[in-house]
Amino acid sequence: MAADGSMVVPETGDSSGKVGSLRRFTRRRSTIAFLMTTPLLIVIGGLVAYPAMYAIYLSTLNRRMTQNIGLGNFEILLDTETFWMVIWQSCIFAVTAVLAKALIGFWLAHKLHDIPTKGQRKWRGMLLVPWVIPPALSTLGWWWMFDPSYSSINYLLNIFAVPSVPWLGEANWARVSVIMVNVWYGAPFFMIMYLAALKSVPEQLYEAAAIDGATGVQRLRYVTLPMMRNIISITVLFSLIVTFANYDIVRVLTNGGPRDLTHVFATYAFQVGILSGNVPRGAAVSLFMFPLLAIFAFFVLRGVTKRTKEEQ
Amino acid sequence: MSAVTSREEPGIYHKAGSLHGERRWAMWSAYISLILASIIFLAPPVYMFITSLKTSAEVANPVGSPWLVREPTLDNYIDLLTDPTFLGFFWNSTKITICVVVLTMVISTLAAFALARMRFWGSQALATGVFLTYLVPETLLFIPLYQIVGGLGLLNSAWGLVLVYPTLTVPFCTWIMIGYFASIPKELDEAALIDGANWMQMLTKIFIPVAMPGIIAATIFAFTVSWAAFVYPTAFVTTPDQMPLTIGVVSTLVRADTFVWGKIMAGALLAATPPVIVYAFLMDYYIAGLTAGATKG
Repeated sequence: MAADGSMVVPETGDSSGKVGSLRRFTRRRSTIAFLMTTPLLIVIGGLVAYPAMYAIYLSTLNRRMTQNIGLGNFEILLDTETFWMVIWQSCIFAVTAVLAKALIGFWLAHKLHDIPTKGQRKWRGMLLVPWVIPPALSTLGWWWMFDPSYSSINYLLNIFAVPSVPWLGEANWARVSVIMVNVWYGAPFFMIMYLAALKSVPEQLYEAAAIDGATGVQRLRYVTLPMMRNIISITVLFSLIVTFANYDIVRVLTNGGPRDLTHVFATYAFQVGILSGNVPRGAAVSLFMFPLLAIFAFFVLRGVTKRTKEEQ
Repeated sequence: MSAVTSREEPGIYHKAGSLHGERRWAMWSAYISLILASIIFLAPPVYMFITSLKTSAEVANPVGSPWLVREPTLDNYIDLLTDPTFLGFFWNSTKITICVVVLTMVISTLAAFALARMRFWGSQALATGVFLTYLVPETLLFIPLYQIVGGLGLLNSAWGLVLVYPTLTVPFCTWIMIGYFASIPKELDEAALIDGANWMQMLTKIFIPVAMPGIIAATIFAFTVSWAAFVYPTAFVTTPDQMPLTIGVVSTLVRADTFVWGKIMAGALLAATPPVIVYAFLMDYYIAGLTAGATKG
């Protein structure tokens, strides 16, 4: 445990007196370390772990929070059609959006990697803009572009003789719109992550592959992808969590409408828990996210640690 | 890559020509994809800007292309910048963000130093815990936090937001700072120890200066996250005088009976300016912070 401190001993610990003071130093070290991490422990314990536990307790109360009703809230939720719709909507939304973001990001990262290094900075700078604007604000812009009477996207579609699309008026189109905005916002993140990963693949590997006569597809399959596996899975994990728990885009774009058909967990929890004032049931809705995310995170992180260990 | 082409050039393989063609095709497809992507990625902000220059009459006029401005005007911007409510949002955002960034950096630098260098009982578990906490989305916590913040009497107050925003910033900043600190060679701190430096001096004289790029990246992250935070202010703040920009623009500008689109877009763009400026000047640090989380994992 004292590996760090004792490393110094051989260099300075010639006389026994110095060893004693060093030992005291080491003993003091753990107290200093504890003091240094205390603020972090307060944040994690008080503002993440405690609220998480508290959410579980809250979800077992009745609406007025006077009585413990066990799993009553969950039972009621699972009986309503709207909630099943929310579950499906969240899953479909997250999976489709993350898949699209990953593919677009991967494609763009490759294209960016192909062009001369000199120009990469400029393109990268431009392509990352959607990620930089706070999503709640850029979604306002999309909302206006989807506006039923003045839609600028429909204007462009009409030029190419495509009929106008009821972007936010019809449930399925509204779902597509939400996914589109999310992909627009998140694809640059994937692009940047993949680009960083691509740059970390040693050039010699590609040279070796080229000498062995590997085609472009084979280079991608046997060199690039295995080298990027960890970054791909971590990025997908981050993005899946953020997308699954997304609030701002759905809130600004559709606010759950039309007829509650585009709600995801976060917006539905907000509506039930804060707008309708049923705090316990809202807590139950958002807690539903936890097992789904935990299982996924478990498998991804296990894969990553296993691969990291194999590499060492 | 150039090594490969030059090896092919002598003409031993007649494939050289097709390789050249392949490269040219790769360039074309690269530039076409990038141009297309840039147009799509930049269209919404550009359109927001176009709209923000229009008068309400022009916005409502359905004749002609909505992508063009006929009578550009800065009235929307002037209106907003002289509106005390809007300036109040700006001030609230600034106040909250500065407090949160300072808090976050102090907490995470200290903790990351302790976790990266001073191994103690449970430090490994705590480092893993920090990473896992980063994975907990804020939408999972906002309802219990609503109760907790309410219990403290801080609902509808900017200070309540200062209290809860660290849940968004501290885990990630600590995590990337651990990575940066761990990459500093051990010889440096041994040298400092021999020279008789204590831990605090070691942190301020060696670790902070050496890990400056990491600290800048973490600061930018904390800044952009607390500037863009949306769930917490939407849940905890209800009156305009305490609202930060994001929710202020979304709720008060939109709530009016007739949407003044030009003004809404101008407000959204003004609110997005600070992160965009930071990004424009510190792009490399910004990207370093973004990618550090995964590459160090």
